[in-house]
Amino acid sequence: MNEMPNIEQANEMTASKISADKVQVYYGDTHAIKDVDIEIEPRTVTAFIGPSGCGKSTFLRTLNRMNDTIDICRVEGSIKIDGEDIYDPKVDPVQLRAKVGMVFQKPNPFPKSIYDNIAYGPRIHGLARNKSELDDIVSSSLQKAGLWEEVKNRLDEPGTGMSGGQQQRLCIARAIAVSPEVILMDEPCSALDPIATAKVEELIDELRENFTIVIVTHSMQQAARVSQRTAFFHLGVLVEEGPTQEIFTNPKDKRTQDYITGRFG
Amino acid sequence: MTDTTLTPPSDTSNAPTPHKIKSILEPDALTRKRNAAEARFKIYGIVAIAIGLFFLVALLWAILANGLGAFQQTFLKVDIPLNQEQIEAAEKSVVKTSKYRAIIDGAFAKELTDANITTDMSARDLQKLFSSGAAATVREYALANPDRIGSTVTFELVASSRVDGYLKGRVKREDLVEDKNLDAAHLDLSDQLEDAGILEKRFNWAFITGTDASDSRPEQAGIGASMIGSFFMMLVVLFLSLPIGVAASIYLEEFAPQNRVTDLIEVNISNLAAVPSIVFGILGLAVFIQFMHLPQSAPLVGGLVLTLMTLPTIIISTRASLKAVPPSIRDAALGIGASKMQSIFHHVLPLAMPGILTGTIIGLAQALGETAPLLLIGMVGFIASNYPDGVAAGFFSPNSAMPAQIYEWAKRADPAFYERAWGGIIVLLIFLMTMNIIAIILRRRFERRW
Repeated sequence: MNEMPNIEQANEMTASKISADKVQVYYGDTHAIKDVDIEIEPRTVTAFIGPSGCGKSTFLRTLNRMNDTIDICRVEGSIKIDGEDIYDPKVDPVQLRAKVGMVFQKPNPFPKSIYDNIAYGPRIHGLARNKSELDDIVSSSLQKAGLWEEVKNRLDEPGTGMSGGQQQRLCIARAIAVSPEVILMDEPCSALDPIATAKVEELIDELRENFTIVIVTHSMQQAARVSQRTAFFHLGVLVEEGPTQEIFTNPKDKRTQDYITGRFG
Repeated sequence: MTDTTLTPPSDTSNAPTPHKIKSILEPDALTRKRNAAEARFKIYGIVAIAIGLFFLVALLWAILANGLGAFQQTFLKVDIPLNQEQIEAAEKSVVKTSKYRAIIDGAFAKELTDANITTDMSARDLQKLFSSGAAATVREYALANPDRIGSTVTFELVASSRVDGYLKGRVKREDLVEDKNLDAAHLDLSDQLEDAGILEKRFNWAFITGTDASDSRPEQAGIGASMIGSFFMMLVVLFLSLPIGVAASIYLEEFAPQNRVTDLIEVNISNLAAVPSIVFGILGLAVFIQFMHLPQSAPLVGGLVLTLMTLPTIIISTRASLKAVPPSIRDAALGIGASKMQSIFHHVLPLAMPGILTGTIIGLAQALGETAPLLLIGMVGFIASNYPDGVAAGFFSPNSAMPAQIYEWAKRADPAFYERAWGGIIVLLIFLMTMNIIAIILRRRFERRW
């Protein structure tokens, strides 16, 4: 995967990492997501923006089947990752989620030590054969998340005792530790102060080298800063999707224009 | 109402000043009213707590005042020469204890002369100072220690309950007018014996460790055997209701689909928690004893019945504490590819553990104090069993339980038993407190910081 030349990414439809086709999501009788078609490219940051309740988080959660935990939620259409339909009955959502990691809105470290927070994923997936391999995974994940220097001397302290920004980076490190291919981020900075936000954004930009990242954000500035492509959702419909630059400077749809200029939302 | 009080009354009277400056140094009518309401509410609260405390103190005082006596017992110190021929003769006779009684009589008469106490009472009258179990005590000792035969042994024999009551102030001279067992002369003698150091009141371990005794020997009754019965019942309750209850709650809370069947089950679990305990008793009688033919009066059956009673409590509290675990923890585990079971057992359950333990201890405490269901499976009544020999016997051989034993004593006529009942309540409360302390220590260990 890593040797794949970068030029190939943007060109062809077949090169896309995630491709969604006519996705419908229902919560009971509510039709929450309507006819969403989207191609998400590998090793780019794709931002989902839109007003509250537009369905962007819902759609994000369909990408690793986190919606399965909600009884009344029903998904139709097809979502393919690397050409494989993730809603195929043969797919085990647990295996899918190891491949498509997730970072949540509120930092949610386990009430365990920093080390155990990172090591939990590799342990349950059997990624390390012995203690030293596990140590390596923990340290490399923390390094990738830019947290290593801050925590290397207190790995046995509880993860919940860190600052909000550190906790969120710990959650990102935890997601990286199981070596996923895609990382979904659901408003990862909404609970953080501007300095912590800047750090997380910097991290997201670095992670782009190795991971496909989909980020839901309320902040249009953030979308502009971190993403290469942006998708605008409104009332459960994907209104417009394209290179971030274009969406913000030259939106095709009136609704997108209204939203990014602050007329609604 | 709020609007009318808020409008400044000066509006109409004073035209040139359109806006009167309101001082916040002086509370207005509405604020005063609110503060008064708050103060009143605080007073209600304090009164309520005071009433609660008063009854708690009254209860504790009543229990301690009535029950502490049970922990003291009067003993008679007698040097008895264990004579080989006398004992052999006694063992050959039909009513063996009567011969032993004669041995005590002889030794006691010698004690009296040694202490320079003269009395014109007959040996038969003097016997009334002793518990009717005294002869058996001597006999058991003689049979258990054949090597001591031929020497003189100092026995501390239990005094009769009347003498014991006299030393504790329960029996007064005027009470003895119509008493056939004891008269004032005995009490005079008791005073003399106490001065001589023969009669002595001291701490009574036998009450805590002993077994129940027949109606005529309240001075020998102890709560020990029924404490063991309660202990084995609690073991059954703990090891059945905790795993079953927790497994059921995890399934209902985390796995079961939300539909009519699970709704029905939920409603019925809540209903079960409100079913009178005696109903569980009759269920236990029908199912465990009459249908399954498990032994009557056995702590195993008692434990099974109490398990049925405890399950709803544990299920309800476990589900509540599972619900209280923030969903973000579940998301976190699922998000890195943990299976549902892994996320529950590795993350949700440890966080719910303190709540589960609280529910369990409440359930166990209820079960420990429960008497009604035990009535129906025969765990009350006179069960003067010896201690169960071994663990299996602890579960299967007939025994009583502490609350049943207390109930038994409370309904017997002799005031000496009444004292034991109060004393039994103290032991029960201490047992309960020990259980609670263990639970608190465990909960501390499980509790985690967020």
